Amino acid sequence: MRRVGVLAGLLVVTLAFGYPFWWLVSASLKDRAHVFDNALLPRPFSPQNYVEVWQAVPLTTWIGNSVAIGLAAAASATAASALVAFGFAMFRFPGRDALFGVVLATMMLPAAVTMVPVYLEWHALGLATTQVPLWAQNLFGSAFYIFLLRQFFLGLPREVFDAAKVDGAGAWRLFTGMALPLARPGLIVVFVFELKAAWTDLVKPLIYLRETELYTVPRGLKAVLDRFGEGGEEQWELVLAASTIATVPMILLFLVAQRYFVRGTVTQHVEQ
Amino acid sequence: MAARSVTSREARAGWLFLLPWIVGFLAFTAGPMLYSLWLSLTHYDMLKPPTYVGLENYREAVADERVGTAMWNTVFFTVLHVPAQIALALGLASLLRRAGRTAGFFRTIVYLPVMTPPVALAALFLLLLNGQNGAVNEFLSWFGFTGPNWTTDPAWIKPGLVVMGLWTVGSTAVLYLAALTRVPLERYEAARLDGASPWRQFWHVTLPGISGTVYFTVVVNTIASLQVFTEAYAMYFGARAKQSAEGDAALFYVIHLFQEAFGSLRMGYASALAWFLFAVIAVVTFVQVRMSRRYVHNEGERP
Repeated sequence: MRRVGVLAGLLVVTLAFGYPFWWLVSASLKDRAHVFDNALLPRPFSPQNYVEVWQAVPLTTWIGNSVAIGLAAAASATAASALVAFGFAMFRFPGRDALFGVVLATMMLPAAVTMVPVYLEWHALGLATTQVPLWAQNLFGSAFYIFLLRQFFLGLPREVFDAAKVDGAGAWRLFTGMALPLARPGLIVVFVFELKAAWTDLVKPLIYLRETELYTVPRGLKAVLDRFGEGGEEQWELVLAASTIATVPMILLFLVAQRYFVRGTVTQHVEQ
Repeated sequence: MAARSVTSREARAGWLFLLPWIVGFLAFTAGPMLYSLWLSLTHYDMLKPPTYVGLENYREAVADERVGTAMWNTVFFTVLHVPAQIALALGLASLLRRAGRTAGFFRTIVYLPVMTPPVALAALFLLLLNGQNGAVNEFLSWFGFTGPNWTTDPAWIKPGLVVMGLWTVGSTAVLYLAALTRVPLERYEAARLDGASPWRQFWHVTLPGISGTVYFTVVVNTIASLQVFTEAYAMYFGARAKQSAEGDAALFYVIHLFQEAFGSLRMGYASALAWFLFAVIAVVTFVQVRMSRRYVHNEGERP
């Protein structure tokens, strides 16, 4: 009897969480007259929505921008955060723990507090309307990832490092030759987390990107929503096709790197 | 002497590794915070240099009706959103724990919405929540309910956003699932021997066992919720002026701040608004930390 209850519950969960995806994909393949019919299958079937939206807006450019920015953001966040995390995990020196406290404290700082002054900094540098602010801050590491990678480094067997030190290995060799290969799962967590964050972010593109050619996928999608959605030309099938195009890469990323996402999410908890 | 030089070498190496973060902290956190504090005492429109005006921005913010609206909307949303998220995540996690070998599949289903770009989510739910022919209201009509106009009735816009937020509860649910698997099974057995019903087991075994995680998610979700921006902005603001009644109902604090800063270029005023939000979040977090001392049992959980 309990078993039946659990199965019924799981069925409801599958429908509730799966149906909006189904609706999105299905409606993106319907013609304009049928977008809102809530029919499960698109009839008539109109894949030309995808062609149309691809012709109406520079989707290829936006995807290229998002890929480039995402990779730059993820690579710099991973490299810099690993470096700093290794510093916190491996070396003992006065002030270290106090500094780490500051790292943790910055995680609690509302982004709104630095939004305006950081924009003015990029403006002063003449980079406020470029894509640079979307990833360059990651070159200095990011608090949550430093925290997460420090956990990974602390989990590595210390004796191995001590033995290598006795053999005369310098700090850099310990880092690149031993710590990085051993912490690879952690590095992948950081990389995929930041890739996802960069791909989905709307705030920074809204602040920094002016020209359509520089847009990322979410910024472009917002423009599509403004133009073809409510108050616009009411061509929702195009909005839905673009939304699907924006979503699919993230779904694929998750299916490929699923266990890293789950691990990263669970590691967040240790933060307290 | 030798030991001392090893220590100082270690210290130097350590500082070198920390250098990127220290530079970044000064350039993108500490420096901007000081700068913003100074800016909040000025009028600055990016055309002329900042002019010092003392506390005028703060006085204006307190008197500003839109700030009041935005703060009210944000708090109202948070008070609905956070408990709804926590309750659903707990329910989902308890259910997923009983899923046995299929748990991986259901975990994926629940997590996938978390991967959906918020703008895509906004576009999708504008239609699902549509009052006339949206799928949500059609579902409600099966049970004889007439659903509200979620996206156009000012009274229902925030509840609509809460409903939409439920769809991305997956990351919290995954956290709870991990916490649940750490509750010792013997405690359930002991409770069952004492004749405790499933409901009592939940209250007296499950909840105390994962209270640390619940506390953590309440604090983090509250902080995030007080800064709600993207979905609401994508749905109700932007190039097309749709900011009538609907817009005001979805005018959240950070949206207002964003508009003052990057729409009206009132950088000083926006800085004051930012510090106001910072103060609110600090107070709320402080109260939650104090309250947690009474309700959170940390034994059995990794701190």
